[in-house]
Amino acid sequence: MKIKVKLIFALLCVAFVIYSLSIYLVPIRKHLNSAPNATLASKGRLVWQDYNCESCHQLYGLGGYMGPDLTNIYSCKGKGPIYIKALVKSGTGLMPPFHLTEEEETNLLHFLRSTDESGSADPRNFTINALGMIEKK
Amino acid sequence: MSFKQLNSGKLFLASSLVMLFFGLIMGSLASLSYVLPNYLKDTIGFVSLRPMHVSSVLFWIILGASGCIYSGLEYVSEQKPSKTLATIQWALWLVAIVGIFYSYFTKQFGGREYWEFNPIWALPIIGAWVVFLFNFFRCTRVLKKWPVYMWMWMTGMIFFLFTFIENYLWVFPYFRTHFITDMTIQWKVNGSLVGSWNQIIYGTAFFLMDRISGNKKAGFSKLAFGMYFLGLFNLMFNWGHHIYTLPTLPYVRYMGYGVSMTEWIIFARIFYTWRVSVSDVQKHYHYFPFRFLFAADAWVFFNLGQALLMSIPAINIYTHGTHVTVAHAMGTTIGINSMILLAACFEFFSGKCSSFNKANVGLSIAFWGAQVSLFAFWIALNAAGIKKGIWQMASVQIPYGKMMQSLHPYFVVFAIAGFFLLISITILVFVLLRSYVRCELRSVNEINAPLPNSITSSTIKL
Repeated sequence: MKIKVKLIFALLCVAFVIYSLSIYLVPIRKHLNSAPNATLASKGRLVWQDYNCESCHQLYGLGGYMGPDLTNIYSCKGKGPIYIKALVKSGTGLMPPFHLTEEEETNLLHFLRSTDESGSADPRNFTINALGMIEKK
Repeated sequence: MSFKQLNSGKLFLASSLVMLFFGLIMGSLASLSYVLPNYLKDTIGFVSLRPMHVSSVLFWIILGASGCIYSGLEYVSEQKPSKTLATIQWALWLVAIVGIFYSYFTKQFGGREYWEFNPIWALPIIGAWVVFLFNFFRCTRVLKKWPVYMWMWMTGMIFFLFTFIENYLWVFPYFRTHFITDMTIQWKVNGSLVGSWNQIIYGTAFFLMDRISGNKKAGFSKLAFGMYFLGLFNLMFNWGHHIYTLPTLPYVRYMGYGVSMTEWIIFARIFYTWRVSVSDVQKHYHYFPFRFLFAADAWVFFNLGQALLMSIPAINIYTHGTHVTVAHAMGTTIGINSMILLAACFEFFSGKCSSFNKANVGLSIAFWGAQVSLFAFWIALNAAGIKKGIWQMASVQIPYGKMMQSLHPYFVVFAIAGFFLLISITILVFVLLRSYVRCELRSVNEINAPLPNSITSSTIKL
């Protein structure tokens, strides 16, 4: 019994390590190039973290629920970069104003542009297949 | 008084109770932000209150889980845990907690959801965990046959350390410049971390069941080990259910769908089997630990149903990104994890100078207050989530702000229920901490106190 338990534990751990590595190496395995301006976008992600935007906002439905999902705010009709800049500076009824430097603002916009280009977070853009899994329309 | 004279398990449990109290206060303040939009907006604000609440509650769970392992080891291992190492571990946690809350108060973030603090404060946590693992293996290497809860504790400890370090892969630009891979790893980590502390806490539930029922064989049964491996399998592979809408690789999503949440069914079955085997005498003797485990059992039932539904992508598309997810998170952390930890606190803190029995009406009222207010809290969040889910799938949507205004009545119920939950759990925390101070700290002080002048060495001999 004891040996069996150890063996199953070890096998599961090996499977977990392989699965984890397969995920870490996705960009290399799939020859994914970094998005244009990826360095600026990755700096923008740090701005997103530094101001704890995730506390109230979501990306792909993941984050806080006080404010809206911002995955596709960059290309949203009637919104976009100018709207984002104005909102960050002045705040809204719920959101306080944030005093970002020009560099931080630029990087944040690059980040939101890259999230927008990565896909759509709108649940209406999915259909349900025969297995009950959701697929992009 | 020296820290080394204190019982390590009780020290961690008492510290975790302080974090629980702080987390409840912060949670109540944060919930008011939903009801009164301008409340504290220009001072501390929701942006700080939310991480303070979340971190406090996580520390309640993690420190409580650590305390349960130390307390359990005192019973099951002949080689006792090193108090020096436990004190170093506790001191490292103290450094981390002070640093983390200072950074939240001063709005110096930089981390990610649930771990929003500057990554520098992750270092003492990692250090504390390494010390903890060393102390654990130092005690347990002498044990030849491990019951299932020892395996669960060890698994939770190892995987917590692994995934907590994995949580900081984003500091390397390779991960950060590939947004989808980065998000996939972020939610792989969040899923596995929850699985890790669940292993420790469910392991503690098994340990308590062993103690209360007196049935030592239960911890070695095939069913118990089957459940453990299913839990481990879920910890490793079920996290894909968080990211069905993320354009990551399909096998990640199918793996999450296939694996997720099966462990709840087995867990509920084992709970049921155990409850039937406990006699009335045992229930009476371990009155409050039994009650809290029973409450956790009931909350497993509610959250089992919800989790199973939410793991189906066709339903998840409606609930994802809504307060249904919050209801599930609250239901499991408060209803299951906290009830098991409170059961453990009542079990480990009861002794000669404090017995928590049926006659304590205040405790019974607090117990029921916590269950009823948590139920109202859970229902309000689910109702708000369902309404938001309908909104986000509607072909024509009203603006986000208006939709949130329409949820206001649910948020009022949520805030009021949260306030009653605060009161109820505060009573429980107060009673437990009072018992800790009276029984643990005073007894240590009495041992150290100088002898009165009237007592001489000769009188002692007599």
